[in-house]
Formats: sequence, C-alpha cells, structure tokens
Amino acid sequence: MSIIQNFPLFNIVMSMMSGVISSLLPRRQAKCVSLALIGAAGIMNACVLWYVSVHGQYTYMMGHFPAPWGNEIRVGVLEAVLAVFFCAIMFLSLLGGERYLDTDVEETKANLYYTMLDLMLTSLLALIYTNDMFTAYVFVEINTIAAGALIMSRNNGHTLVAATKYMIMSLVGSGLLLLGLSILYDVTGHLLMVNMHEQIVSYAQTGEYAIPLTVAMALMSVGLAIKSALFPFHTWLPDAYAYATPTSAAILSSLVSKGYIFLLFKIFYRVFGFDFVLDHKVTNLLFAFGVAGMLMGSVVAIYQHDVRRLIAFSSIAQIGYIYMGIGLAVPMGTVAAVFHIMSHAASKSMLFIAAKGLSEVSGDSKDFAHLRGSGLRNKLAGVAFSVGAFSMVGIPLFAGFTSKVYFAEAALTAAGGKLVVAMAALAVSTILNAIYFIRALITIYTPKECADFDAASYRIPVTMAVALVCFIVLNLFLGTWSGSIERAIATGLGTF
Amino acid sequence: MKLKENYENTKWRRFVRFVNGGEMSEDRFRLTGSQMDAGKPQAAKVHDAQPVDLYHLKRDRNRSDYSRMMEQYENWSKTRGLKIFGSLYRIISLCICLLIIFVLLLTVANMPAFGSADTPANSNEVAQRYIEKGQEETGAVNIVTGMILDYRAFDTLGESHVLFIAACTVLILLRIDHRKDGSLVHEELAADENDRRLEPKNDKILQKAAFFLVPVIILFGIYVILNGHISPGGGFSGGAVIGAGLILYLTAFGFQKAERFFTYKTFSVVSLASLLFYSGAKCYSFFCGANHMESGIPLGNAGDIMSSGLILPLNICVGCVVACTMYSFYAIFRKGGI
Repeated sequence: MSIIQNFPLFNIVMSMMSGVISSLLPRRQAKCVSLALIGAAGIMNACVLWYVSVHGQYTYMMGHFPAPWGNEIRVGVLEAVLAVFFCAIMFLSLLGGERYLDTDVEETKANLYYTMLDLMLTSLLALIYTNDMFTAYVFVEINTIAAGALIMSRNNGHTLVAATKYMIMSLVGSGLLLLGLSILYDVTGHLLMVNMHEQIVSYAQTGEYAIPLTVAMALMSVGLAIKSALFPFHTWLPDAYAYATPTSAAILSSLVSKGYIFLLFKIFYRVFGFDFVLDHKVTNLLFAFGVAGMLMGSVVAIYQHDVRRLIAFSSIAQIGYIYMGIGLAVPMGTVAAVFHIMSHAASKSMLFIAAKGLSEVSGDSKDFAHLRGSGLRNKLAGVAFSVGAFSMVGIPLFAGFTSKVYFAEAALTAAGGKLVVAMAALAVSTILNAIYFIRALITIYTPKECADFDAASYRIPVTMAVALVCFIVLNLFLGTWSGSIERAIATGLGTF
Repeated sequence: MKLKENYENTKWRRFVRFVNGGEMSEDRFRLTGSQMDAGKPQAAKVHDAQPVDLYHLKRDRNRSDYSRMMEQYENWSKTRGLKIFGSLYRIISLCICLLIIFVLLLTVANMPAFGSADTPANSNEVAQRYIEKGQEETGAVNIVTGMILDYRAFDTLGESHVLFIAACTVLILLRIDHRKDGSLVHEELAADENDRRLEPKNDKILQKAAFFLVPVIILFGIYVILNGHISPGGGFSGGAVIGAGLILYLTAFGFQKAERFFTYKTFSVVSLASLLFYSGAKCYSFFCGANHMESGIPLGNAGDIMSSGLILPLNICVGCVVACTMYSFYAIFRKGGI
C-alpha cells in the first residue's frame, strides 16, 4: 500500500489536531498553523489526486475492521479534485481576508476562529471522502456548528441575528437529514453507501418499502437543500454573507454550501442510484426550484444597494444553477453542476474579498453610493471584482462562461420541456446577472473622490494582493483549460 | 425648454439613479451602511464630520422616509389586509404541518415492525458480527462500547470534536474577556454581582447536601467511565455524570471555590490533552488497520478493567471532554466565563 493512500486520513486527523491545538495558541501562531495546515492539506490532496488518476480509485479502511463493520472512506478522482480545489479556495480566502480578522474578531477570541476554520476543513474533507452515511452526518454537525461560529465571530448585532437565522434553518436541515438517514437505516439495515445501494436496488425490483424510501429521499433532499440555500429556503443566506467577516463570507459561500451539495450528489449517485432518483421525479422538483432560484435570486439582487448583499443574492441564483444542473437528469447536467460548484466557488470568494478591498477605500461603507470610484482607488480589487463579475455574467475566457456552456450542452440533451425551460432560464438569468453586475462595475469605475480616503498612505495589503492575483489566475485557468477538469469530473462521476 | 413636472420620477431618471447606485424610486425605504453598521462607530464618526454632503441630505430624507414608513406599517397592522394574511399564513402552515405528519405516519406504518428480530437492521451480517464476535475482536464485554470506540471509532472521533467545537462556539459567543491591564470589564462586574444576588452562596442545606453528594456523584462517574467496556456506560454517560457533579458543586459553593480547581486553563488543557491523545491514538490504529499491520496493543482478558486495548483510555478521554464541556456550558451561560 502506497504511503499516498494514507494521506486523506492524515489530512483529516491533522486538521482536527491543529484545530484543537489552535484553541490554546496566541492569535498569530494560530493563523500560521491554519495557513500551514490548509496549504499542506492542499499539497497532500494533490498527491492523492495524482495517485488516483494513475492507479484508480480505492477505499480506505478506517481501523482494523473492514466495512460494513468498521468505517471506511472512498477516494476517487472526483473527490480528490474537489478536495484540492476546496483547500486552494480556503487558503486563498484566508490569505485574502486575514488582515481584517485582526479587527473584526476580538483579540482574545481570534484563536478560536482559527480552531473553527481548521475543523471546517476537517468536516469538508470528511464530507468529500466519506463512504458512510453516519460519518457524513457527524461531519455535517461539525460543519454546521463551525459555520455558525464563523458567521458570528465578528461580534455585532447583524451577525448575531444572521447566525441565529442560520442555526435555526440549518438545524432544521440537519434534522431532516437525520430523519431521512434513520428511515433509510431502518429499511436497509446498513449505513455504508455501497450496501445501502445494493439493498435499495433489490427493494426497487421487488417493490418493497416504496413509501419509506421515497420519503427518506425527499427528507434528505429537502434537508440538504435548506442547508445549501436553495431558493425558497435561502432566507438565512443574505445576512450571513453580507455581515460576516470577509474570510467567513468567502468560505461560507464557496465551500460550506457546496460541501452539502456534494453530499447530495453522493446520496443520489451512491446511495439511491441515479435511476432510482429519476424514477421518483425528485429531479423535476429540484429543477423547478433551481430555475426559480436562478431568476428570483437575480431579480432581488438588482434591488440591492449593498455590494455584499448583491453578491449574496447572486449566490442564491448560482446555487439555483447547480440544482438546475442536477434537475436536468442527464449525465452532462451533473458534470456541469460539479463544474459550476468549482467555477462559482472560485468567483464568489474572489468577489467577497475584492468587495472588502473596495469598501476599505470608501470609508468602510458597502453602500453603492459611497463605492463610486473605488475601483480606481484600489485598482487590483477593482480588477478582481470585474473578473468575478465577468465570470458570473458569463463572458468568454472566464470560469462562469464555461460552466454556462456546459449547462447549455446538458440542456440540449435533456427532454423537450426541460430543454426549453432551461435554455430560457439561462438566457434570462444571464441578462439579469449582467444588469446588476454591470451596474456595480459602472459604479465602482465612475471617477469620484472619496473624502475618507487618503491616496498617499493607502497601500493594498500584500496578502490580499497575492490572494486576488491567485484568484484571477485560477478563474482564467478554469475558464480556458476547463477540458481536463471536465474530463476528470466525468471520469469521477462515471465511477461513482 | 420643456421639462416634465416630476422629472426626478421619470423612468429615465430612475434608471440613471439605479446605475449610479442610488435608489430606484423616491420613497424606497433603505438603511444605509453606516446607519446599520453598529460595529463600526469610528466609520460613522468620519461621516458626521463632513458638514454638508449629498449623502447627509439623503440620509435625512431616508430618516423621514423611515418614520413615514413606520407610520404606514403601524396603520397597516390594523387594517384587514394583514389580518387576512395572518390567518391565511396560519391556515397554510397548519395544513403543511398536518400533511407532513400524515406522510411521516404513513412512512412509519410502512417501515419494518419496531423491535422485531427479522428487520433488516437486526438480522443482517453487520449486527450479527457485532453480537457474535464483538467481545472476541474488541475485547469489550459491553458491545456497544466496542462498537462506538473500536468498530466505528472514526464516527466517535468526529462526535467528540462536535462537543469540543460546540463549547468553543459558546465561548466565542458569550465569554466576557478581561481587559489587557487586568481590570474587569463592566459586564463582568455586573455578571458577578448578578451571581451573588440571585444565587445565595451560603445556602446551608444545599452546601451540606453537596458536601455529601458531589464526591459520590463524581466517584460514580469515574466508575461508569472506567467500567465502560465491561458494564453499561462509557465515556459519554460517565462524563455527563461527572459534569453534573461539578455543576452541583459550583451551584452550592460559587465560582470562587470552583475556580480553585477548574479554570479556563483547566478546561483547555484537559480537552486539548484528551482530544490530542484520542486523535493520535486513533490515527495510529487506523493507520495500522488500513495498512494491515498489527497495532501491538494487547486486548487482554475480556472482563478485566485493564483490557480491550485502546477502549479504556479512549473512554477516559471522551469522559474528560464531556465533563469539561458540560461544566463549561453551565459556567459560560451563567457568568460569561469559566
């Protein structure tokens, strides 16, 4: 057994340990530990990605007992790609926003922030690699609590309200997930995804337990949809993203909700089997809500005066895209959805960091009225914001364009009605995206002096500059070299 | 030149305002950034320093909009519209609740009969091996402990970190910190005062009862933890018992006495040591298991205290974490600190 095969285990345990250690360290050391940890995790996962793309997927026994008796994780191409990507985004988000953590989080509690960040990484990695439903639930718990802490660690009234909203909605989601999981366990007698799948296939043939299986699937879908802020359940999202510290907002929007969506993929593909899901028309519901989210999120975003809230509502629209991709119920749709997870994560985290850079040179106001001319005052943040906006609108060369092309390709292979609706929704939502993002760009590039801004003394923080440049490169990479990533996703999904 | 009377409200002007980041219509209610941002008093001050500013005018106008809207809102609640909406809302939510209850009952009716021996969960190879070989393979007489700390130790590892992260989150939310110069913050003084007033420290009956009960409770908790692999119990339940004992002590004797042996430092060192040992030990055992190596940890005689390999130390770790978490929850909620 190659040493590289142990890396996922090392990653998970390492991040848990450094999370615990960070709770005793002073702020500065805790930050260094976090950065080193996330960087190391990214490198190790890259090795794992190399290993699985050469040697193929493998399962890793957690302990002396083989699954289904013991725990097990599964490492495939798709998992490894996402793990590397999530580590990269988390690293850049932390790097870009770390300077503001010093002011946003109380000094004596800052080390606990890094504890949360490390444990968030643990839970994301575990959610990606898990092959066992109960393990998934345990790490969903860690993820939920850590996300709540990330929101409210900047301690003011807004974030407390946002965190309360988040906790209520998210715990409802967890509860539904647990309920569905219990029903599934009672009916199949297993917690390991592979064995559950075998049982469900045999039940599907005999027609036994049809109602509990359907209800379990519905409960899990709704639970994860709430947690990932699909349109009618999105109410917790805008406040949480708009008022949390920039690193938190970037991580929440690009990683936390995506982790849950990936878990939903796993449940659909590995537990129920996609044929079973198709037979029960769950995809149609997700399609409808996804399309509604695409349109409603964009429409509401047009009315926002606060740049962070604008980005937050845009997230709701983008989550809608992902669910629409699943809902198309064709293989290409899922590939497009996974690709959109990545392109959205890369663009949205950049937008949040860049928005902080813009408001920093406008007297710390996030309001459009004050942001005028900020793109000229902080040039790099302006460029990054523009790249993010282009990507979200879908201008060629940028990541968002590629994922929209994939969605359109997928829609072409879908059934008649869905083809028309999906194409129309893509077109309309692109125009809506363009409306609010172009308005934002016009605002930040209209020359206007800002009285609170001292051009001579201001220099963009080095860490933020580095992070933004990396984000821009990453975005262009996703937009132009998407072929290899798409192939990796397709192979990964094929062996799922 | 002919200008429209309400030029400012024409569609074009509204569009221009929208593009420029203003509001779309005149009477749109909106809170601006610095009005809302309570966490940033300095920023608001900077804005106030500028005497005449378009922004200022706008904000004043917004304020009058605000009061107008509040008025409208107050009147609206008395109109029938909201009442109808309210009752519709109730009816619909009631219907949805009933529907969900119905669906869940239907599901339960279609599930395998509760407790019968031939349900899928009770009769498959997983449960069989746990029952038949559990003692032999894990060395634990109590197969539940064997399951959670050996067969499925990864889940339990995650679960103990859930406790830790929950305690840390409450700490972030509620802990009141000392200033750098060591003086107490106003809130902390108030909390201390509150503590003294609301909970008399010299309640003789409580203190006498606690004097006898606390040692017994804590001893019992230790017993439950140490015998976790032999008899019912284990780290989670034993830790909860110890935590309850500590809370009783705190309630009876107050913070000053409790702080002699339990401070924030105790909390962090104990949970740090337990969780690190847990992660380290389990990482070693996962690593050995996955690579098909012998871990070299003897299982011992089933039924002895010193048996069943890692389960006993892990139980102790879990117990410590649970006890610390229970106590710290209580302390943080009561006083904003441990």
